[in-house]
Amino acid sequence: MPYQRIKFYQTGSFAAGNRLLPADLRSVQSSATRANTLTCGHRACQGCGEALGARYALDAVMRATKGKLIAVNATGCLEVFSTPFPETSWQIAWLHSLFGNAPAVATGVAAALKAMGRGDIRVVGQGGDGGTVDIGMACLSGMFERNDDVLYICYDNQAYMNTGVQRSGATPPAARTATTPAIGPEPGNAFGQGKNVPLIAMAHEIPYVATATVADLRDLEYKATRAMDFHGARYLHVLVPCPLGWGSSPADTIKVARLAVESALFPVFEAEAGEVVSATPVRRQVPVTDYLRLQARYAHLFRPEERTDVIARIQASADRNVSRFGLLQDHHPERKQPALDGHLSAEGR
Amino acid sequence: MLKQIEGSRAVAETVAMCRPQVICAYPITPQTHIVEALGAMVKRGELNAEFLNVESEFAAMSVAIGASAAGARAYTATASQGLLYMSEAVYNAAGLGLPVVMTVANRAIGAPINIWNDHSDAMSQRDAGWIQLYAETNQEAADLHIQAVRIAEELSNPVMVCMDGFLLTHASERVDIPAQAQVDAFLPPYEPRQVLDPDDPVSIGAMVGPEAFTEVRYLAFERMRRALDVISGAEADFGAQFGRGSGGLVKLYRTDDADLIVVALGSVLGTVKDAIDELRDDGVRAGALGITTFRPFPAQAVRDALGDDDRLRRLVVLERSLAPGAGGVVTADLRTALATGDGGPRGAIIATVIAGLGGRPVTRPSLTRMLTRAARGELPEFSFLDLDTHLVEGELTRIRAARRSGPTAENILRDLAGRS
Repeated sequence: MPYQRIKFYQTGSFAAGNRLLPADLRSVQSSATRANTLTCGHRACQGCGEALGARYALDAVMRATKGKLIAVNATGCLEVFSTPFPETSWQIAWLHSLFGNAPAVATGVAAALKAMGRGDIRVVGQGGDGGTVDIGMACLSGMFERNDDVLYICYDNQAYMNTGVQRSGATPPAARTATTPAIGPEPGNAFGQGKNVPLIAMAHEIPYVATATVADLRDLEYKATRAMDFHGARYLHVLVPCPLGWGSSPADTIKVARLAVESALFPVFEAEAGEVVSATPVRRQVPVTDYLRLQARYAHLFRPEERTDVIARIQASADRNVSRFGLLQDHHPERKQPALDGHLSAEGR
Repeated sequence: MLKQIEGSRAVAETVAMCRPQVICAYPITPQTHIVEALGAMVKRGELNAEFLNVESEFAAMSVAIGASAAGARAYTATASQGLLYMSEAVYNAAGLGLPVVMTVANRAIGAPINIWNDHSDAMSQRDAGWIQLYAETNQEAADLHIQAVRIAEELSNPVMVCMDGFLLTHASERVDIPAQAQVDAFLPPYEPRQVLDPDDPVSIGAMVGPEAFTEVRYLAFERMRRALDVISGAEADFGAQFGRGSGGLVKLYRTDDADLIVVALGSVLGTVKDAIDELRDDGVRAGALGITTFRPFPAQAVRDALGDDDRLRRLVVLERSLAPGAGGVVTADLRTALATGDGGPRGAIIATVIAGLGGRPVTRPSLTRMLTRAARGELPEFSFLDLDTHLVEGELTRIRAARRSGPTAENILRDLAGRS
């Protein structure tokens, strides 16, 4: 049946067309009965991408599980800003154990629920990029390999922000951090390093892997919801700009995330059982400089003179993503856009 | 039911009767037979539990933490390097107050790598906030697990059951394996004090700052003090129900009139008792104090056991671990216990003997020789049992002679090989 796909570009708008849609297609966040999993009053910085991403992702998971959810949190910003006791922003059953063990603790929760005959309760593990791609990598890989029934969400802000912006295995090349200072002939983080954990997750051939950003919150909601359609190990990697660590304006968090996607530096895709099943097309690829210029962590690429050599290398990595994931719509006109399709299949309230 | 059975197998069968719901396993010698047997029971359908093969001991304890916090009875076993590798999570389980039960098949810590028995592993975690029980025999190792589950859950505090690697884990001896109904009668179902429940959501593991951290730690200290009564209570109830004495705080052997008392933990107590009998035959009034509960340290029970008069007593602390730069771990606690509180002997001369490191056999002749010297007042305050001083001197000479003297362990092994 022919139909006109509704597109959510969300450029400069907070509404994302909700009012134009039937109630069951509206965003989770637009519902007055959303879970408010991570409720207000927490201590995240102004413009924090992680707080935004966590709220959208977990509220979507809460809707998908009808509130039957337990979350396990790695040490990091998300844990620290949400639970300076006696205050907690979590309105769900929530456990924090250590920095590097959130996937394993989540496995334990899932195993306990199975043993107790409570398979109706689902489990999410979550952490930042340090807790995920570095210190938590062994536990994450073990959880993947055993195909434990856990959705793990990594909120990737590309460095150890909680401890004062030190480099992680997710820090991109040339970025300045406290441990990759912008000094010397090759300022910032080195090229040729770092881990692509979504691809590593896919190599485990787990049921579902997806990437998302806080620039496309409908897509994030869809993927968090979609992940709960599967049992077994699932991985959601969410790019969450950090104004403090990236040196971007708190007002630009969404914009910076969008430019990461539109420059093709951060490919947005989903994969099932190790195969990419959809990639969000880039409508008009923008030069990486549009993305880099908004962030003080790349300031040394533009002052005192423009480092065209370094920028060219970053551009080349963006272009590689274009070809690798088929990101330019012109090249793959048949590739589906997941947001609406997903919401059509998602359960409404 | 009486069985001639390997210690690991006896523990596995007993643990299974405690109805653990989540079991995590990571292989490390000499603990492997326990989890292998449990895994087989789960796979055969004899034990209804989730059995997880995890990727490390750090993950094993982390899985146990998650399982316990979700309301399940969680069990794992480890040893040596494995215990150290999970150390961060070991502290965390105690800090969160989760009643995980873990077997530690005691083994030395490298380097040099060594798979044989001593107590260095468990001693390294003595301040982690776990209750530590040390088994003297395989019967006691099995029995302690039943008690451990009850103690852990009553207090909401994790318990480590320490059994000597190989000496117990791999030794076949007669063990009375209880009936399931007996264990069920002793162990009520796990009723968690705190639980992750979507219908009653709580946050567990929040950050606590200077305003309350001390108080949280104080309560952990208080819980350990309460544990002394709970452990004694479990011992009494167990004795009444199972008809044998296992567990408790301390064990006494011929101490009544003794003026030479050996203090020790674990399976070495068997040999110690034999040596004491031999010394008694020779007219030496010797006895032994076995410490079953090392954490919390049963200071009052130790003082009570050692008498409270002015009679001179020589105490020989047999340490199966070494605190380099300090001496003996148990000795320090013993000295503190005798220097504080009420009662206890007013005249005690304490000697530390480091023995049985890395599987070095602690033989009866060696013990008898050492204790005979102790009875004569000839034992120094600190010594190593059966130390090969010639071997040590050889390496010391080498170290003094050349800057690049090479790796010590390998030098010593070469010297040793050259003797034959």
